[in-house]
Amino acid sequence: MANLTINGKQIIVPDGVTILDAARRNDIYIPTLCDDPRLEPHGGCRLCLIQVKGMPRPVTACTTPVTEGMEIETTNEQIERQRRTIVELLLSDHPNDCMICDKAGDCTLQELAYFYDIRSNRFVGERRQYTKKDQNPFIERDMEKCILCGKCVRVCDEIQGLGAIDVAGRGFTAKVSPAFEKDLNCEFCGQCVSICPTGALMGKQSVGKGRQKDVKEVETVCTYCGCGCNVTLHVSRNEVVRVTSRPDTINEGWLCVKGRFGYSFINIPARLTTPLIKKDGKFVPASWDEALDLIAEKLGAIKEKHGPDAIGGLSSARCTNEENYLFQKFIRAGIGTNNVDHCARY
Amino acid sequence: MTNSMAEIENNDVLFIIGSNTKENHPIVALKMIKAKRKGAKIIIADPRRVPMVRFADIWLQHKPGTDVALLNGMMHVIVKEGLIKKDFISSMTEGFDDEFRKNIDEYTPEAVSKITGVPAELIVKAARLYAGSDKAGIYYTMGITQHAHGTENVFSVANLALLTGNLGKESAGVNPLRGQNNVQGATDMGCISNSYPGYQRVTIPAIREKFEALWKVKLSDKEGLTATEMLPAAEKGVIKALYIMGENPIISDPDVAHTTKALKALDFLVVQDIFMTETAELADVVLPASSFAEKVGTFTNTERRVQRVRRAVNSPGSAMKDSLIIMELSKRMGYEMSYHHTVEIFREIGQAWPAMAGMSYARLEDGGLQWPCPTNDHPGTQFLFKGGFPRGKGRFSLVKYKQSVELTDKDYPFILTTGRQLFQYHTGSMTRRVKPINAVSPEAYVEINPEDAKRLAIVDGKQVKVSSRRGSIIAKARVSKWPNAGVIFIPFHFKEAAANVLTSSTSLDPLSKIPSFKVSAVRIEKA
Repeated sequence: MANLTINGKQIIVPDGVTILDAARRNDIYIPTLCDDPRLEPHGGCRLCLIQVKGMPRPVTACTTPVTEGMEIETTNEQIERQRRTIVELLLSDHPNDCMICDKAGDCTLQELAYFYDIRSNRFVGERRQYTKKDQNPFIERDMEKCILCGKCVRVCDEIQGLGAIDVAGRGFTAKVSPAFEKDLNCEFCGQCVSICPTGALMGKQSVGKGRQKDVKEVETVCTYCGCGCNVTLHVSRNEVVRVTSRPDTINEGWLCVKGRFGYSFINIPARLTTPLIKKDGKFVPASWDEALDLIAEKLGAIKEKHGPDAIGGLSSARCTNEENYLFQKFIRAGIGTNNVDHCARY
Repeated sequence: MTNSMAEIENNDVLFIIGSNTKENHPIVALKMIKAKRKGAKIIIADPRRVPMVRFADIWLQHKPGTDVALLNGMMHVIVKEGLIKKDFISSMTEGFDDEFRKNIDEYTPEAVSKITGVPAELIVKAARLYAGSDKAGIYYTMGITQHAHGTENVFSVANLALLTGNLGKESAGVNPLRGQNNVQGATDMGCISNSYPGYQRVTIPAIREKFEALWKVKLSDKEGLTATEMLPAAEKGVIKALYIMGENPIISDPDVAHTTKALKALDFLVVQDIFMTETAELADVVLPASSFAEKVGTFTNTERRVQRVRRAVNSPGSAMKDSLIIMELSKRMGYEMSYHHTVEIFREIGQAWPAMAGMSYARLEDGGLQWPCPTNDHPGTQFLFKGGFPRGKGRFSLVKYKQSVELTDKDYPFILTTGRQLFQYHTGSMTRRVKPINAVSPEAYVEINPEDAKRLAIVDGKQVKVSSRRGSIIAKARVSKWPNAGVIFIPFHFKEAAANVLTSSTSLDPLSKIPSFKVSAVRIEKA
């Protein structure tokens, strides 16, 4: 363990953690745009510059490990002036169209502009102009909003193990791009979307469906494979408009293409909305009473005539434990047969 | 899984056999990649060059259906080179006797190489790597189980773990990855023909009496039919009515023609689902149910973790919660099941199965709990078999390699293996209705090795006809080095070219009754 002080406060943290990590553990805020605790330290955005007593220049909190006896200052006039300038420079090459941006209200860059009260900009000049040409069906890429923090590049490489994108070009023309500036053609996991601190990467299906302040968040579990990823359903007007996941879950906030982008089936018109009874080979809408009475009558008659073992039930790996429990109880106790199974073999 | 997902990153060695993890369990794969970044070694045994192979130190490309030979071959090396964990074997296991050794003795790397097509030196290398670690995890899925000898494959996997003591501790174990969100839970809850909730056999009188008391009714003492037995029974007229909740056997079950015939032979078919599936179309009555986003309850994931499911939206139209439908129907059939809230059902599950008795919705609030969790103050079980096995000692099973039931011949010279791919899910009833997903993955394809394609003048992207003894389908060829020569792969999600038209409903594992989806003999030709 290492003893150190941050802003005059004595703290003890495990050896080897970074200054940023030490600060977070003690609820001391250091702004950052390029850091995520789940990725390797990067030191790109320079917002987390802090001063350490005895060091000649400010250092990045995200890449500097703590040492015994360190005296750290995370905020003072000089540091804040530097940070404000960095944010100002980023905004000087940004569309600043928060009014129509889907990310508004959930955007780190916007928060920093608010925090540093940046109304005018000393660095007005040329802005990057890119056409949005990506034809992929999942991820909207607006490179004019990109601040080149590199999180998307790193998450794709370090976490997803894919490396579908990288920074191409240098200086003013640098941008995040798939190989040869082609359209994105990857696993479409959307980890990049989940980690982007601005509106540069968005889920296409969510665009225009409501911003963060208008959604209700519901914590639940993904409906696809058996990993059991924790998902947050973003609901607006009885519609799931976006799926995200919290970093403090078994899946560490990561999802796959199905979990993150495969949700629109919930709301589509093809959903069954009424019981149907087949009459002369055609389905006819029926009331619940009609349908359930018919089933009870038919199953009852078959049980009467052929015994309970002439009836079988197939339950569902899609359904909940409670529903599965009830289903087998109904077949075993209600019908009277052990002919109950589900799709575990397929 | 005997271990937990969080333990994966601390494995020294990962042995992935018969699992296309990156496509089918993407988040487990991320944990494997994390382990790799931390220095772990990865062995993959798979007939296809699955995406995880990119991260593998050793890739064993064995012929489909030769897993037992491969595993016995690895054990041969481990025994011969004295890499077995003697202490563990003597204190924790039984059955490691002369007969077992004699059997293993036959599987020399050279002999195994002939059966599997894997170079002998790779078998030796893999065996040494796995046995050299005391934090080795085995990960498998349907590539191991979906064979006419699937149970024996699983026994072999267990033998390997027992031989090296890689079981019953953190970051070392045998980890089947479950393929559906609540397939673990459905099995736990007793939706299997031989057991009540919690794997308690219906044929044991004391257990039956316990459930008769809990459910206040006389219960049948006869084991039921499995899903794979119900359909043939329907065809024969033994089963007259089926009630199918949230399943689509027309696409998921082997031999579509047989499944269709069997369901049509029924006097009465009820399907309860959220969409008009291919199976629902054959029903006499279709009941509109609720999706996962519309209900309250719990799912149990692959690591035995029971987690809360919460309602986000209302169901469309007059669609009802599945639990309410069952209760309403049961009442009409004279057996009243009355619960005011799902939490009451959950409490009853705890009464039925001690392994979940310590769980409550309140305790599950924050991240869920892993069974067994028998008491209110039990923290749940991160990994299984710490300090022993439920049956006492871990038993070695003598397993001999058997050829697959369905062999290739002059007329059907290719081995077809089926499975899922990344974008689509299972029978596609959900994902095929999601536009962007269907845009990137619109249709079925037939993966074929370039060598075979050249020989048969098959061109990438052009239609081919694939036929088996059951039927034939037409789909686009995808010429790819993923499968070896002689092997083709078709994903089973697509109804227009349903892979299960080709598979067999009769070559089942005698014990588990699982179909052998991973080995069917087929012919392929230009369409």
